[in-house]
Amino acid sequence: MKLLREVTGNAGDFAATVGGVTLFLGRILGQTPRALLRPSLIIEQVHNTGALSLVIIMTCGLFVGAVLGLQGYNLLLRFGSEDALGTAAALALIRELGPVVTALLFSGRAGTALASEIGLMRATDQLTAMEMMAVDPIRRVVAPRFIGGVIAMPLLTLIFIAIGIFGVQVVGVQMFGVDSANFWSQMRSSVALDDIAEGAIKGVVFGFACSLIAVYEGYTAVPTAEGVGRATTRTVVISAVLTLMLDYMLTAVML
Amino acid sequence: MSYSVGGRSIFSGLNLSIPRGRITALMGPSGTGKTTLLRLMTGQLKPTSGQILFDGIDVSALKTRELYALRRRMGMLFQNGALLTDMDVFENVAFPLREHTDLPEPLIRNIVLTKLQAVGLRGAARLMPSELSGGMNRRVALARTMATDPEVLIYDEPFTGLDPISMGMIVRLVRHMNNALGITSIVVSHDVKELSELSDTSYIIAGGKVAASGELKDLKGHQSDIVNQFVNGLPDGPVPFHYPAADYYQQLLGTEA
Repeated sequence: MKLLREVTGNAGDFAATVGGVTLFLGRILGQTPRALLRPSLIIEQVHNTGALSLVIIMTCGLFVGAVLGLQGYNLLLRFGSEDALGTAAALALIRELGPVVTALLFSGRAGTALASEIGLMRATDQLTAMEMMAVDPIRRVVAPRFIGGVIAMPLLTLIFIAIGIFGVQVVGVQMFGVDSANFWSQMRSSVALDDIAEGAIKGVVFGFACSLIAVYEGYTAVPTAEGVGRATTRTVVISAVLTLMLDYMLTAVML
Repeated sequence: MSYSVGGRSIFSGLNLSIPRGRITALMGPSGTGKTTLLRLMTGQLKPTSGQILFDGIDVSALKTRELYALRRRMGMLFQNGALLTDMDVFENVAFPLREHTDLPEPLIRNIVLTKLQAVGLRGAARLMPSELSGGMNRRVALARTMATDPEVLIYDEPFTGLDPISMGMIVRLVRHMNNALGITSIVVSHDVKELSELSDTSYIIAGGKVAASGELKDLKGHQSDIVNQFVNGLPDGPVPFHYPAADYYQQLLGTEA
């Protein structure tokens, strides 16, 4: 009986959260046209969420690519088809690893920054002060950050994939001596527009989801030090779980 | 006006009026809901029953757009200043102008410098909020509130945590804003001494109602115990020194129920 109550209670909480996020998204989208009239605010946020995440995205992209080169080469060597390394690694990066790992890094670097910044603005009455100055914080604070995240995430995904392929090339071609011409030509002939579309769609969807979670958690944070801390943690956890769930669904639909 | 939250009544049948162009003090012991009252006045909360009228307009019946239009006529000074921490002092004061007007940059600059001069902080224009002291912080917030020339200024605990010099400056500024510009001022505080110099009328709120009203100096000998305790700063009275608890000796002996 207690278990039943807990399950129904949790289901109720879950439904309430989904409803809350949906309403919040509605408010953001309602303010988006007016937010778009102030591109300088959005550019600033693309800088904050995107440009400032470049170092971590590029470093991780390089190492993910390098590991993919090591593992891929040794696996393909067993079948005597190490020339296919370029194709295999590029497909893995473009369709899966690029969008997913970028989303996980994005929520850890930019998502937490967004959630804690907005949460602290709430805790220090800055958002209330804006409301009192007749400035809608959704339009002035939340919408530019959300739009900035949605723009930055696909771009970061693209950079991650490019650096990742470079990492594969360094290990495969330069270290293990895979034929350079084969590496690139096979990649070019096998990677289709569909594959790139899949990566691009995932990048946009994950960017949308991770940015929404971050601004929602920040905006609804309990206005205390502990509350902001919890909001930051929840941002990472929910973004990670949601990214992987969405990834499965998108892959199942697009395969 | 009545307001209750979660079944707990905060105000029941509270009735007060704020005269135009005067300084009105709202006072009361901690936890009587003074800040809640400000939030009700500014439409951040809605009363459970009754009306809150601002210049004849019922604040609680307004739609968001109308409420925002009304709020451009009021300014509120927060206890901690609530400056936007990612902008410097100049940009903070310019913020409401940039949001609500299309004024050319040289004009915005002049307005901001005038407002900063009025609070004595023109020289601090390029400092970040984190570099300001508590008193400076509140003066910048006051300059920001003044930037759009509101008709009503609401001060939430403007003296809390300030040294006597900063406190004196704030008292002077509140008085100046009121005298020179004819702004209606509402000051929420429990600093009886400062308010007795400053306010024209005072309301003491306790138990969800107006316990006393009038000029503060007349309230010193008020017959109500709670007003007497508050105005004279007595440690015990209707507001007890001890938070409700089990019997002291029984608890020490470990025999309480």
